[in-house]
Amino acid sequence: MSSEFLAQHVEALKPSGIRKFFDLASKMDNVISLGVGEPDFVTPWNVIEASYHSLEQGYTAYTANAGLIELREEISHYLQETFSLHYHPETQILVTVGASQAIDLSLRAILNPGEEVIVVEPCFVSYGPAVSLAGGVPVSVSATPENEFKITPEQIEAAITPRTKAIILCSPNNPTGAVLSKKDLEGIAEVVQRHNLMVLSDEIYAELAYDEIASSIAVLEGMDKHTIVISGFSKSFAMTGWRLGYVAAPAELIAAMTKIHQYTIMSAPTMAQHGALEALRNGNDSVIEMRESYRQRRNFVVKALNEMGLTCHLPGGAFYVFPSIKATGMLSEEFAQRLLEEQRVAVVPGHVFGESGEGYIRCSYAASIKQLKEAMDRLARFVTEHRL
Amino acid sequence: MKQKEIELLKLLEKNGRIDNDTISKMLDLEVAQVEEMIERLEKEHVIIGYSTLVDWSNVYDDEGVAALIDVKVTPVRGLGFDKIASRIYRFPEVKAVYLMSGSYDLSVSVEGKTMMEVSRFVSEKLSTLDTVLSTTTHFILKKYKHDGIIFDDGDDKDKRIMVSP
Repeated sequence: MSSEFLAQHVEALKPSGIRKFFDLASKMDNVISLGVGEPDFVTPWNVIEASYHSLEQGYTAYTANAGLIELREEISHYLQETFSLHYHPETQILVTVGASQAIDLSLRAILNPGEEVIVVEPCFVSYGPAVSLAGGVPVSVSATPENEFKITPEQIEAAITPRTKAIILCSPNNPTGAVLSKKDLEGIAEVVQRHNLMVLSDEIYAELAYDEIASSIAVLEGMDKHTIVISGFSKSFAMTGWRLGYVAAPAELIAAMTKIHQYTIMSAPTMAQHGALEALRNGNDSVIEMRESYRQRRNFVVKALNEMGLTCHLPGGAFYVFPSIKATGMLSEEFAQRLLEEQRVAVVPGHVFGESGEGYIRCSYAASIKQLKEAMDRLARFVTEHRL
Repeated sequence: MKQKEIELLKLLEKNGRIDNDTISKMLDLEVAQVEEMIERLEKEHVIIGYSTLVDWSNVYDDEGVAALIDVKVTPVRGLGFDKIASRIYRFPEVKAVYLMSGSYDLSVSVEGKTMMEVSRFVSEKLSTLDTVLSTTTHFILKKYKHDGIIFDDGDDKDKRIMVSP
């Protein structure tokens, strides 16, 4: 579809490869979907109830552009308590419409036309397009399975040019579940500081780390000036539909982002902000409970996959596993499509997250254990039938 | 108690029918270890039993009635409330007995086939006990939630879109 009115750079954007699977899967019955990138839990009741209450009380107007100050104070407190990050509620935090808007704002605030942003693949499908829409040029660097899909400082260094402005990191990672350790981050931080780059650190899955607390690159010596921390309520508090995220960064950057935000969005939804306030004040028990459940399901799925011969390392976080399907000799796309058609299990082919995802599939374990068992049985049948 | 035992107990408390193979994968243990752990916890009376939560109101013609009874008693010297509680909880129609703080002493949950049957139990068995001073019977009209489980929880359909980034 084309129109003479379309802007060229928008027309040039490729639709996400995920779309195709969505269309295919939606038309079939009896599909178990492991293709969902969001929690299977409903938002904790106390959060929903707090949002109801705010509506009953008549909190239906705009909030401050940067978000309710009470909420920014709670975010500041939470970041400090949970991740040892120090951000001032009045000048260094902005409440956004999901972490997605935070990514968009960050890129628009820092990029001049033609400046490059290093995108570490496999990654969330929006990073590259968001860079392009902000006038920048995405430069892909592939994290490899040999290093458990963790990017190395050397790989980053090799991609740096005089036009490089920033790098986007996501840990715990969608789609691989890989978590960068403090040591991994130190190596990256050294390169970033030496080349005077900015890091967009997507920490939306930070609460969902199962073996150790996920550390933020912003806590490292000198990195506060080089980091934009992006997070939100979607994954940790099961609030995807509320569309509420935030960005924490040096004051000048937040001021610039707030300008864009003020002219384009005004303020994030007020009722969602009241829900988020309750989530931060009284939601920690729910987070702990959900994390324990995800960890058990991760263990279950990784064991089941390895037993059926799809090799899969134990990912440290998020709610995805990224097994290799190379034993079947199929490409990701063919595997995913035939699995859907023959066994009615939806997964996302790894290549949609970047070139290095070819030969892998993303399975989300944000599904009930009953569904996961059935999905693993079907997947095992499929693998047995198609093994090389 | 070890972390894995606690996790095991929580899983079984939520679903007594979950199989050992699944548990072993979820907790990163061998099946034999899970079997041994469950056996030991049963022996130590940490696991007291396994039951199924039934919504009898969905069973044809067999709804039955349930009541919560507030009981005031005179504690027996040297034995406190335990003696009288044991006199009460041994009746098979008594499903639960709790010692309470506040304006009465024992809360007794009773189930029967008809209102008449429950009333007869209260008047003939419960209030005639020596130490029972008074009883107040509350019949349960509808069960919304029991043991953490909501009976009629609307539709449990997955409301997420099939595939998302």
